[in-house]
Amino acid sequence: MNVTLKIWRQKNANDKGKFETYEMKDINTHMSFLELIDVLNERLEQESKEPVHFDHDCREGICGSCAMYINGRPHGPQKGTTACQLHMRHFKDGETVVVEPWRAKAFPVIKDLMVDRSAFDRIIQAGGYVSVNTGGVPDANEIPVSKEIADESFNAATCIGCGACVAACKNASAMLFVSAKISQLALLPQGQVERQKRAEKMIAQMDAEGFGACTNTGACSAECPKEIDMANIARMNREFLKAKAGSTEIEVK
Amino acid sequence: MTLESKVPEGPIAEKWTKHKFNLKLVNPANKRKYEIIVVGTGLAGASAAASLAELGYNVKSFCFQDSPRRAHSIAAQGGINAAKNYQNDGDSIFRLFYDTVKGGDYRSREANVYRLSEVSVNIIDQCVAQGVPFAREYGGLLSNRSFGGAQVSRTFYARGQTGQQLLLGAYGALSRQVANGKVKMYPRTEMLDLVTVDGKARGIVARNLLTGEIESHSAHAVILATGGYGNVFFLSTNAMGSNATAAWRAHKKGAYFANPCYTQIHPTCIPVSGEYQSKLTLMSESLRNDGRVWVPKKKGDDRAPQDIPEEERDYYLERKYPSFGNLVPRDVASRNAKAVCDEGRGVGETGLAVYLDFADAIKRDGEDVISAKYGNLFEMYEKITGDNPYKTPMMIYPAVHYTMGGLWVDYNLMTSVPGLYSLGECNFSDHGANRLGASALMQGLADGYFVIPYTIGDYLAGTSYDKIPTSHEAFKSAEAEVKAKLKKIVSIKGSQTVDQLHKKLGRVMWDKCGMSRTEEGLKEAREEVKKIKEEFWNDVKVLGAEEELNQTLEKASRLADFIELGALMIEDALNRKESAGGHFREEYQTPEGEAKRDDENFSYVSAWEYTGDDIAETLHKEPLVFENVKLTQRSYK
Repeated sequence: MNVTLKIWRQKNANDKGKFETYEMKDINTHMSFLELIDVLNERLEQESKEPVHFDHDCREGICGSCAMYINGRPHGPQKGTTACQLHMRHFKDGETVVVEPWRAKAFPVIKDLMVDRSAFDRIIQAGGYVSVNTGGVPDANEIPVSKEIADESFNAATCIGCGACVAACKNASAMLFVSAKISQLALLPQGQVERQKRAEKMIAQMDAEGFGACTNTGACSAECPKEIDMANIARMNREFLKAKAGSTEIEVK
Repeated sequence: MTLESKVPEGPIAEKWTKHKFNLKLVNPANKRKYEIIVVGTGLAGASAAASLAELGYNVKSFCFQDSPRRAHSIAAQGGINAAKNYQNDGDSIFRLFYDTVKGGDYRSREANVYRLSEVSVNIIDQCVAQGVPFAREYGGLLSNRSFGGAQVSRTFYARGQTGQQLLLGAYGALSRQVANGKVKMYPRTEMLDLVTVDGKARGIVARNLLTGEIESHSAHAVILATGGYGNVFFLSTNAMGSNATAAWRAHKKGAYFANPCYTQIHPTCIPVSGEYQSKLTLMSESLRNDGRVWVPKKKGDDRAPQDIPEEERDYYLERKYPSFGNLVPRDVASRNAKAVCDEGRGVGETGLAVYLDFADAIKRDGEDVISAKYGNLFEMYEKITGDNPYKTPMMIYPAVHYTMGGLWVDYNLMTSVPGLYSLGECNFSDHGANRLGASALMQGLADGYFVIPYTIGDYLAGTSYDKIPTSHEAFKSAEAEVKAKLKKIVSIKGSQTVDQLHKKLGRVMWDKCGMSRTEEGLKEAREEVKKIKEEFWNDVKVLGAEEELNQTLEKASRLADFIELGALMIEDALNRKESAGGHFREEYQTPEGEAKRDDENFSYVSAWEYTGDDIAETLHKEPLVFENVKLTQRSYK
């Protein structure tokens, strides 16, 4: 099959950037979308032109590195799929495919399709963990967790931190990402002690990073490659309200 | 230098406990005076950085990815072993130890493996306490499944995403220390050299991948947890960025490289479909719990699988290994798949595939049960191949997965360079010539959470607090060397792209130093790799400059090291005139075609010492002593 690629090229954060058009001929339909860019890059290098820079690593849909809009949708048209797991058999022969980096104030462009997502790391650093030191913990079976709760927690924990939720949202809100981690830990007995403080701190950091507010449009969940449920956002809001309404924690000065 | 394994005296079950008591301690108030560098943020690196920071050390953590959460440990699917015996099926620390030594074809160090089995129990507790959502039974207790090479259910799992959940647990612990200010994080930074002063590791030279700037970092000790080198084959199940550079450059600064020829070929991978292919995707080994492996009995039988009647199918693993059946270890399953394909009974377009069939399991347990166990793996398979494994059998073929070789370390996980440590897949120590399933995650976390926090103190207790400034001559000369090398690569402006050359190297390594090797083939490979090295340094084409963001240069710099490492893998494979686990020399096999060891002559770890460019490396041998597991021909029949 043949496709026309229109790819966003931008030298660095200060460059204006523009679309470049590339004709791709005789593509094997078993190829993944990132392999298509590999093939293009191989050609560009042979022609002594700079290859397209993009983030990618595991190519198994789990590391969360690859990030790009394909035809205006985060990770492309296929539901529940990362760009590396999107295959050319899902495109039409002769189609024009537009490829762009994530567009969000909190994710500044680095080069071409690469953006800076370190804001997500800072949100986790604000409290997205259980504070337990290594060693001296109870036996794993000492605190039973019902299968339903463990499964629900796991469903939230499958978030890969790719940023598609932010990219899909008209307000560039990070609530799906943040709520997934808050839910995972709020559901489990191990996460109880810091539950309220965690919600407050993570949300405060999310706001400080410049992510927008949630208006319950649901695009985040619809475009999430791991299909994280919107219900997590509702759970996060409840956690936050509970924390604000009557913190059971004593403030120690 | 002689190789001292530093394995403690005494009965195997008491070695670690006694050793911990004998290790020197650092006073908590003095810990803050030491700086430790940890390179890599996978299971081993993240858990080590977090644990050491908790103890009070100042840690600098480096990764080449944009976030520590993206290390390739995240992609591990199946599970993590622990000798908890929660299933009451006869498991014990000794049995896990025994299975691991046997599975590694008696080429691992007994004392290390025993310790691994011992601390496996703590790992599960630690991860559960961190909020890792492992699979649970309805009663609320943890669930287990079984894996290749074992007859007990000791594998803990989180659907098909165990690596992800464990890594995010360790990433959480690491993030907490970053917030506490005890870990300084350096993402998008790649280590390009080790700096030694008076023979001791005292820092690293790294490249900021965003700016291309070369930076020096000083420390009292350096830990490498940079994973394996499977990408030497170009096509492997490793992430695209996984590389050998940090370990290889440390090797050139004096760290011995052990057992480089031991490569694990994983039996259940999605087969290659075309030249454009960039990497291979694994299907978890856990699928072999319910999937049955078969090929047609007749050569060249190209009927659709459902049209081949039961009596015309060869369930070759169940036929040849009745007691382990489809759950034989990875090396055995891989070689048998290759054998039936070589006979002309392979399936699919290329003939390089076998079926992994779930029809019987679906008939027995129903689609819902199978979907609950493996749903995401089935979806992943369908996404990649376009085939639905609920309706038609999966097609699989062996692929390069894990490397058992790595930097030589003693019982304290210290390399032959004082103050330089190596953890997880980056070292050679625990898996011998073959790695059993669900044991890589176990080793990474054991090393990071439960071994290095004890052993590094023993070294630091005897190290002065004085810091070596990065203006020191050793740093300056290492920086200059690194810069010159990058400049040279950029200046070649040849005609072959990095990927072209990498594919050439990969083809030679796979054909001649892959699933099976011969003396003749290895000698040919030696010449071919020499030629590829020349081509690289005369004809590689890298655009752009070294002092800027340049992904092609990153790849080229890693390839230069893969080429040299490939040559050493070939030497090691030539030296080892026996078959053991993932190293199968065709000249040495039993009449039934199984790997035939030579314990008399090869019961040793080969540890190679770099002595200069294009000079044959010096081989040192660490004899392996088996006091607790009797050396026998491995049998899974």
